Amino acid sequence: MLPGWITTVTITLNGDPFDLSGPLTVSELLTALEIDARRVAVEHNLVVLKRAAFDGAIVREGDQVEIVNFVGGG
Amino acid sequence: MDTFSIAGKTFSSRLIIGTGKYSSHAVMVKAHEASGADMVTVAVRRVNIADRSKESLLDYIDTSKYFLLPNTAGCYTVDDAVRTARLGREAGLSHWLKLEVIGDERTLFPDNEALIEATRVLVREGFVVLPYTSDDPVVCRKLEDAGAAAVMPLGAPIGSGLGIQNPNNIRIIREFSHVPVIVDAGVGTASDAAFAMELGADGVLMNTAIAGAQDPAAMAEAMKFAVRAGRLAYLAGRIPRKLYATASSPVEGLVGR
Repeated sequence: MLPGWITTVTITLNGDPFDLSGPLTVSELLTALEIDARRVAVEHNLVVLKRAAFDGAIVREGDQVEIVNFVGGG
Repeated sequence: MDTFSIAGKTFSSRLIIGTGKYSSHAVMVKAHEASGADMVTVAVRRVNIADRSKESLLDYIDTSKYFLLPNTAGCYTVDDAVRTARLGREAGLSHWLKLEVIGDERTLFPDNEALIEATRVLVREGFVVLPYTSDDPVVCRKLEDAGAAAVMPLGAPIGSGLGIQNPNNIRIIREFSHVPVIVDAGVGTASDAAFAMELGADGVLMNTAIAGAQDPAAMAEAMKFAVRAGRLAYLAGRIPRKLYATASSPVEGLVGR
């Protein structure tokens, strides 16, 4: 596959397999999922990303992505 | 002026409250307002990818009024706690953290060995760490040595409402510590919070006592006054306990004697 070629990739998203058109950036992934980037934190292959890195981080086949937010807790 | 500061940041209230277990966001908002607290805890969890319809907690917390304290609740290892802490930092853009490393599912008692290690790691990464710990003065001293910005001994198991089970330890922890002591967990009602403050605690953190009350906003207000009353009583210096009575009225000049 050529670099940048759009195809279906399967990633592990929040612990479950997830198919999407990619490769794509983390920003694009959040947009596709309709998630407000300002309200979440993202871990990409066990590395927690700074928000400024969302545009540059590329999600590829087999990657592990965790998207978390704040919920009620004590 | 009796100010309450942690790691150089001053808070107007010594009451810190949670955001969990409320019947609705609206009930939580009313309780937060009634409590007078200016710091609230939040948990870090996976976004529900399948159901994005749920409202965001942050729509109901005015972050210009309330300082967010992310927690690592539910973490059982140093690695999980550190990972969750890092995610919480990015989600909230703050390096403050209520650190929990749990050691047992039924009691939710902390794994103090792992807690101390996680504190060390996270302090090195620049976090302001507030660890939830056992009411053990030696563990609290080790946490302080590891760089904790405060120590948060439990009064009783999380959500138990049993009140302060070992008041002497809380007093000893206060004596030993050079950082704020916040009694975290175990409060059931207002007198428990007042008692914690009378023992010398610098603050009280609670969730279930308010969220689980029949009227959370009313209980939040009760807690606000209890924490203030307990603090004032501590500062005022209570009288010694005596076994027998001492008359409050003059013993001379009695009619008929």
